[in-house]
Amino acid sequence: MHSSSISIWFFIGVLLTIYGALILGYGVSEWVTGHYANVQLVHYHAPIWWGAILLALGLFYDLKFKPSPK
Amino acid sequence: MVPLLTTAAGQSISSLAMFFQPGKTLAHLTALDVIVIAVYFAMVLWIGFYLKKQANTSEEFFMAGREMTAWIAGLSFVSANLGSLELMGWAGSAYQYGILAAHWYWIGAIPAMLFLGLVMMPFYYVSKTHSVPGYLKLRFGESSRVLAAVSFGFMTILMSGVNMFAMAVVMKVVLGWDITFSIFVSSIAVAIYVTLGGLRSAIFNEVLQFVLIWAGALLVPILGLIQAGGWHNLQAKILLNYHNQDYTHMWRGMDHFANNPMGVHWTGIVFGLGFVISFGYWTTDFLVVQRVLAANSLRSAQMAPIIASVFKMAVPFIVILPGLLGLVLLQNPDGTLMHLVGENALSAANPHSYNEVLPLLMVRYCGPGLLGLGITALIAGFMSGMAGNVSAFSAVWTYDIYQPHINKNATDSHYVAIGRWATILGVMVSIGAAYLVMNAQGIMDYVQALFSFFIAPLLGTILAGMFWKRATSAGGFWGLLAGTFTSVGLYIWVKINHSALSIVAFSPNAKDMAENLYRALWSFVVCVGVTFVVSMLTKPKTLDELSGLVYGATVIPYEGPVPLYKNHWFWASIVIVVFFILNLIFW
Repeated sequence: MHSSSISIWFFIGVLLTIYGALILGYGVSEWVTGHYANVQLVHYHAPIWWGAILLALGLFYDLKFKPSPK
Repeated sequence: MVPLLTTAAGQSISSLAMFFQPGKTLAHLTALDVIVIAVYFAMVLWIGFYLKKQANTSEEFFMAGREMTAWIAGLSFVSANLGSLELMGWAGSAYQYGILAAHWYWIGAIPAMLFLGLVMMPFYYVSKTHSVPGYLKLRFGESSRVLAAVSFGFMTILMSGVNMFAMAVVMKVVLGWDITFSIFVSSIAVAIYVTLGGLRSAIFNEVLQFVLIWAGALLVPILGLIQAGGWHNLQAKILLNYHNQDYTHMWRGMDHFANNPMGVHWTGIVFGLGFVISFGYWTTDFLVVQRVLAANSLRSAQMAPIIASVFKMAVPFIVILPGLLGLVLLQNPDGTLMHLVGENALSAANPHSYNEVLPLLMVRYCGPGLLGLGITALIAGFMSGMAGNVSAFSAVWTYDIYQPHINKNATDSHYVAIGRWATILGVMVSIGAAYLVMNAQGIMDYVQALFSFFIAPLLGTILAGMFWKRATSAGGFWGLLAGTFTSVGLYIWVKINHSALSIVAFSPNAKDMAENLYRALWSFVVCVGVTFVVSMLTKPKTLDELSGLVYGATVIPYEGPVPLYKNHWFWASIVIVVFFILNLIFW
């Protein structure tokens, strides 16, 4: 790969971070307000743990593959 | 899975007629879902613009500078094949046929991927060819290359259009989006990022899309399995609901054509799918092979298909399992079990068809944000497939048609410009093909069949070329031509006289799926036979001329010792053991 290039894993990290934050944020707001979406298994709070997993993975890739200054 | 053949997506694409139900939508997006989708489009365009400065030479534009690591090449390799049609179509097939559909992911992919990495990759890589038709030129001469390049270019771009149309129809049904809007937004995005960044951009986005597909689709089987009470409870419920069908065993009903819902025999699965079609697709289709040719070393090129095979083995978890879950979890509003049907059997009582099983499950479990992520996974799947098509078309057009036959002595920058224009042209022709299909849906079946005509004989030609020094240029060309005509001829014969099926597929009980498998087998056998006979009658090349192209005349470069965990034979052994264990578990 080009030595000065941004790794694909960094792009993936950014995307997962954004998605994780959005979905986790929605899940928390559901929990706090008590207004749940009309889907099955809401008591498993999938947006919270799935969002948290995406966020954690995203942050890991962001940090591990962050572009180094030239 | 082998998506571009009648045996695979043929089923899913032809079933898409059911999507033409005006006014019906399965899901409604919230603002959060729209943001999730918009972020994805912004990201792929960012990648395209960012990589533009790294696509200045032809080697950079068409081969990604041959700088991809094994992981990136491997994930891109498997992602280029994992389109949204495959996700939805094979989930629908699993609902219809049960776990038999997993054959297209396991025996229909894993042995061929390992063979590519362990045995064939050295010849592709050492010859430094830019394409599969390019290898045919080196081994068999110009006529074989032209035949392979023209058929590949034509069919690739047509398939791209068919997939584009199918994706747009899916978006219309699931979300109510206008077909033209879906076609133009997604294809323009693909055109921008592939035109700007070339193969590197296509590969980067394919890796991104692969991660997204898992992030968006994995939640459905997890929650579904929880609700079904685990795998064993799921099996028990399927048995309870569908007494006469074995939906959860892969090989038990394969002893006779009439004993399984696909109407196939194990010989068709093992030799037709597991050998000819699977090896033909995974080892000779330039759409996937191009990704591995972009690897940064021979070792990476060999490891990439092995890494890909690991993920390929796992794909049934997000595709086949949801289909099985749909058999017991989907319910009508009144609480009764929902029955999905074929496109010809839709009615007020059964308003949903097999192909809707995945979106129906997404809507069942995914609220705002997660639903957007699931839809993004479907869009990402489509775009990765289309980017694969147009980037491969661009390379074959420029290297195998334009450069040797139209303008031999142009500058490197001129060929890069031609590649960019070929990408745009490819997208435009794809859009045209999409509208052509929209106005004549029957074409989709023929397009699927057309593509299958070229894959099986091409395998015969490539294998003869790589592993038989005596194979001559005339043998390669006439074998390829004879195999292709055999495939076309058998297809027409069965279309005209359906009773011919009992000869082509060895049984009057054989169904379309079996016909595809055995037709491929026949065309392969004819190709190899004609190649053998003609080669014996014509003058072979010298050993020097075959250096770097044929087994026994090529010195495979030794790249030094590596620890066990980096050895491709070690990992391939693990993959093949897991492959056998999975087949035994679900026997």
